[in-house]
Amino acid sequence: MSVVLRLDHLTKDFETGVLGRRRQRALDDVSFELVRGEVFGLLGPNGAGKTTTLKLIAGLLRPTAGRVSVFGSAPGDRAARAALGFLPEQPVFYDHLTAEELLVYFAGLCGISGVDRAQRAASVLDEVGLGAARRQPMRQYSRGMLQRVGLAQALIHQPALVILDEPMSGLDPIGRREVRELVLRLRDDGRTVLFSSHILSDAETLCSRVAILARGRLVASGGIGDLTAGRAGRWEIVAASLSPAAAAGLQTQAARVTRIAHGRYSFELREGDGPEPFIAAVAASGGSLVSAVSTRATLEDVFVERVS
Amino acid sequence: MTRARLVAWHVFKESVRDRVLFAIAGFALVLVAASVLIGQITAGQDVKIIKDIGLATLELSGVLMAVFIGVGLVSREIERRSIYSVLAKPVHRWEFVVGKYAGLVGTIVLNLVLMTVALFLLLAWLEGKMPDPGLLKGVVLILAELALLTAVALFFSTFSSSGILSAGLTLGVFVVGLFSEDLRGFSGIVSSPVLASAVRAIGVVVPAFSAFDIKADVVNGRPPVPWAYVAMTVLYACFYVSALVGGAVAVFSRREFK
Ligand SMILES: Nc1ncnc2c1ncn2[C@@H]1O[C@H](COP(=O)(O)OP(=O)(O)OP(=O)(O)O)[C@@H](O)[C@H]1O
Ligand SMILES: [Mg+2]
Repeated sequence: MSVVLRLDHLTKDFETGVLGRRRQRALDDVSFELVRGEVFGLLGPNGAGKTTTLKLIAGLLRPTAGRVSVFGSAPGDRAARAALGFLPEQPVFYDHLTAEELLVYFAGLCGISGVDRAQRAASVLDEVGLGAARRQPMRQYSRGMLQRVGLAQALIHQPALVILDEPMSGLDPIGRREVRELVLRLRDDGRTVLFSSHILSDAETLCSRVAILARGRLVASGGIGDLTAGRAGRWEIVAASLSPAAAAGLQTQAARVTRIAHGRYSFELREGDGPEPFIAAVAASGGSLVSAVSTRATLEDVFVERVS
Repeated sequence: MTRARLVAWHVFKESVRDRVLFAIAGFALVLVAASVLIGQITAGQDVKIIKDIGLATLELSGVLMAVFIGVGLVSREIERRSIYSVLAKPVHRWEFVVGKYAGLVGTIVLNLVLMTVALFLLLAWLEGKMPDPGLLKGVVLILAELALLTAVALFFSTFSSSGILSAGLTLGVFVVGLFSEDLRGFSGIVSSPVLASAVRAIGVVVPAFSAFDIKADVVNGRPPVPWAYVAMTVLYACFYVSALVGGAVAVFSRREFK
């Protein structure tokens, strides 16, 4: 498997305060790599360092220590940027241009020859679902429309590595689904995608692997299955027609009991416990089973646990 | 180089659509109209006054463009954050800076050419003959001056994040440059040697914008301005422009975009 992007002990300090006397560490010794064709999610709460990481990869910031390599080149190299498409966080472009003009301009900057520019522009605009508005000046665009233009410009030169900083932000539910489909299409095309998000369900439905950042440090990384493995999840069992004594007896086998109504109780079992012995115990104490539901361990559990 | 040309074309398009150009052209028209009016009251003097005001208008509208569009060339892209997507493209930073510069100088040249043609047509109509081509020497040096002023504005624009500050600095350099000959003379009469050399240093570093002002001479036709002087002064401008654009590229290439 070929490595597309490698981050090696990446560290970034921002100089703040008067004359840059104070330094604030935004990213601390972060390493991970992406292989061809995968969709990788960079997760973390606000201020975790996601945008900083992506800007370092795009060559807009320089690392304090460590290095980034994009297809073996440094991010400042033109070769690296020719292979990379970048959607900045909350993108803004030029008010006086239309989306079409912007993309033709950017296509030129990417070295696409004159005759192909308009055609490439039209095709990416179709891809992101920007309709007739493409001929309006962008000062009339909504947030979500600008986000779509941002996605289109990241894809204009058909880059092998696509870097998206919060691609879903500002989009309506239909837009989010379209972006999900777009990312999966890119993956099926053999392109590699790295995106940041704090919406975990997006990561769960899209990524093969994720990295979780908190306060500039990498707190977890790996496949979603691996991260949630070892967490069997819990069973929640609701039973009715139980006497208070029977409920008290069953309580010893559960992690938590909630009384719902007269004779009706909800039991949360301990992590890893199967439901069968408990159901049998319910029957034995004269109660009746109402429901048994397994609550799967999710990325959110991992996230909340690692980040806090 | 193609990429620099695209950036330049983008600057041109933006200035045209931003209506800055129209505001300046409107202002120029008002001045020309005023000069015609004044010319009618001061009989006999009309052609000379129109030449005076015409050249001054050419210069002033160019100065406004160079300073107020110039200081925004790079800093506005940083403020609006459009810079992130542009610099993530396979563009060299020098291509971006040089393109920005060339785009604004191109816009200024176009403006200058149009206004010069208008001025010559007006003069030809009033005089009933081909106007004195010596006026073109004045126009050439105004152009060189504006190219230099644009480079100053661009230079400040690459590292300052405040447009007002860059505009102030650029205008400051321009004004000091207009009086640079006086500065050199002034250094001879101050008593403190430290102050004298400081004043002299400013006089040397700041480009001598006063050298470009031959408007009165070309309008009066005397003292004659040799083409050699024009050529030397243009060369002088080229030297400063290369240094300033080179400096802007050096600063911009090291810059981070937070
Ligand atoms: N220009 C800057 N100067 C100083 N500190 C900065 C700068 N930009 C970011 N930081 C700091 O770096 C840290 C990481 O910021 P970053 O923007 O990468 O977070 P993020 O994960 O993208 O957050 P969000 O989810 O809110 O977008 C934060 O603590 C922030 O305060
Ligand atoms: Mg961010």
